[in-house]
Amino acid sequence: MRDMDSLLIARGHVVDPASGVDQEMDVLLRDGRVAAVAAPGKLRGQARRSFNARGCIVAPGFIDLHAHLREPGQAHKETIATGTAAAAFGGFTSVCAMPNTAPVNDSPEITRWMQSPERGALVNVFPIAAATVGSLGEKLTNFAALKRAGAVAVSDDGKPILDDRLMRDALRAASRLKIPVVQHAEDTRLTEGCSMNFGATSFRLGVHGMVNAAEASIVERDIALARATRGHVHVAHLSTREALEAVRRAKRAGLRVTAEVTPHHITLVDTNVGDFDTNYKMNPPLRSATDRDALIEGILDGTIDAIATDHAPHAFHEKQVEFEKAAFGITGLETALPIAITVLHQHFNLPLSRIVELLSANPAKIFNLKGRGTLAKGAHADVTIFDPRKKWTFYASQSRSKSKNTPFDGWSFSGKIVATIVGGKVVHEG
Amino acid sequence: MKAQLHSLLGIEQLTTAQIESILALARRMDPHRPSQLLRGKRVALLFYESSTRTRTSFEFAAKTLGANTTLVIPVSSSIEKGESLIDTAWTVESLGADAIVTRHANSGAVYLLARYVRVPIVNAGDGMHQHPSQALLDALTITNHKKTLSGLRVVIVGDVYHSRVARSNAQLLSRFGADIVFSGPPDFVPEVSATIAPGVTTCPDLNIALQGADVVMALRVQKERLAGKDISLENYVANYQITPQRMKLAKPDAILMHPGPIIRGIELTSEVADGPQSCILEQVRNGVKTRMAILAMLLGAAR
Repeated sequence: MRDMDSLLIARGHVVDPASGVDQEMDVLLRDGRVAAVAAPGKLRGQARRSFNARGCIVAPGFIDLHAHLREPGQAHKETIATGTAAAAFGGFTSVCAMPNTAPVNDSPEITRWMQSPERGALVNVFPIAAATVGSLGEKLTNFAALKRAGAVAVSDDGKPILDDRLMRDALRAASRLKIPVVQHAEDTRLTEGCSMNFGATSFRLGVHGMVNAAEASIVERDIALARATRGHVHVAHLSTREALEAVRRAKRAGLRVTAEVTPHHITLVDTNVGDFDTNYKMNPPLRSATDRDALIEGILDGTIDAIATDHAPHAFHEKQVEFEKAAFGITGLETALPIAITVLHQHFNLPLSRIVELLSANPAKIFNLKGRGTLAKGAHADVTIFDPRKKWTFYASQSRSKSKNTPFDGWSFSGKIVATIVGGKVVHEG
Repeated sequence: MKAQLHSLLGIEQLTTAQIESILALARRMDPHRPSQLLRGKRVALLFYESSTRTRTSFEFAAKTLGANTTLVIPVSSSIEKGESLIDTAWTVESLGADAIVTRHANSGAVYLLARYVRVPIVNAGDGMHQHPSQALLDALTITNHKKTLSGLRVVIVGDVYHSRVARSNAQLLSRFGADIVFSGPPDFVPEVSATIAPGVTTCPDLNIALQGADVVMALRVQKERLAGKDISLENYVANYQITPQRMKLAKPDAILMHPGPIIRGIELTSEVADGPQSCILEQVRNGVKTRMAILAMLLGAAR
């Protein structure tokens, strides 16, 4: 019976930038799709169940362009089941999973394995496949076969493609398939042995620091190659003012260049590392206040397209070690929206519709996820419902992620996910 | 009023009063008069990096005060078998150590220990970060020759970038109003090094830096650190070696210091190392006194 599969989201404030909707509306979901969006009350009686969203924002499901779900091979850090549970808690209905697994996801087999129902994913998982075999930076993978298997982009995340010709070839091949090449922009020849940002803090702590130029030079190079190939470069976790400026110029020149920033890079700076707290160690590292302010400016002026978490879970024993030996990365799926609201909406007055754009509409466009990032009729029934005013405190110990490596333990935020709906099913209710 | 000191991790964590009281206590310590101040106490020396003077002087300091010491080093211990730093420290603590003196190649390793163990931790050098007992003994040495630290021109020469001694000394001396000048080639003295403390400047030209200096502190140059740098060993020696001629640029009563080990013919010549202005061996002697004071304070036997 059709009605069994229907859900009415009533009395919420619908924010759907892709359709230009920003007002109180009811949303009817049926058979995994958006069946109708109409004025409050108009759809009454059309669904078996209804969800009272009064006082909440009803948005197209959030899409994380950048997460590490750690399977296959690193289930001690996270599994697809636990990672997607954290995603659901954080309002993400889709997660794009980076390929630096063990083994590296460079094959259609692994790409399919990650999407198999046995993984127990609570939300949609879209693999990002390796751009080169084993992410070794030598030979391109079979992009067409990977795309057929479900990959939405290619990347050697964590191991940037340094070789110019290889990057050019990757952009050409990806461009034919209309998928982006996602680049972790870091000239690793300049950052060997580095554990944090270069500056007064790294000098004071006696830790080798990564210079901004190591990021900016790769972004500049990739933009030049995007120009030459007409390919699409997506800059992962952009962190420096120089790289931001390069992307700004590329966009003005009409190139197919997009960029994401993480919630932590718009919130924290390198001095927050304090006395060698490894929960502040990630790559790219926390930068200077000047860089952080530039990134926020880049969001406000539209240079930055998306907020992505770079959710990077690590086990206790991989983080509670000497700072220089500790693994790079922090978890982030559960704190992305509250940070976006607290920092961008409350502090910098960014409209909520822009936040929805950064977390949903734009990510869908960047990775070409058809029927997602919008609540238009016929779209997938992926919906994120949140209360932008709700205050709450995040505790790492209560995290759904298998790992607890977050600098935001005990932070109080505004903005909480009320419900996460994937394919018409409520997978999280907070 | 003295705030109680639990661990000695770095100069930044010390109050000025704490520094003064350590120095005052160190002046009263006599390495040649054994005492029973720390009788029954067990001091573990957890050394992940090689060391001659620091390890020996902590050991002498502890024993002179009547404490027992035990040395834990990676070779022939569980560390070799892959035991983590925290697990090793918990083990040493559980074995009954009352304090852990530790040296480690990684900056900040001592903070990790201090977060997880209850007993006092003494930083005997962590990576490029801090070497607080060295800075304290250096301050003791300087004050033996100068009335006050305030207003002194202290020139620190060499590989500042890699030097925990330079960082700790600059922070301590700056606290007492000294002017610190870092001098060395740009790879060793990057501009950012001036941010370490107020009153710190950089001066690539040693001959200019030395003018009017009250204290000349040479740092050890590790040959392997010159590899891939813009400067050759010959060039370094020509521009930054402390020679009798260069010492003449400093004030006549300037003293020459070096944390050791000295490499004669590289960072300084034998004439200056063994000359009348050299305080290098006095520093070593003061090391024992200073570490006696540190252990006495941390182990609660002196307030």
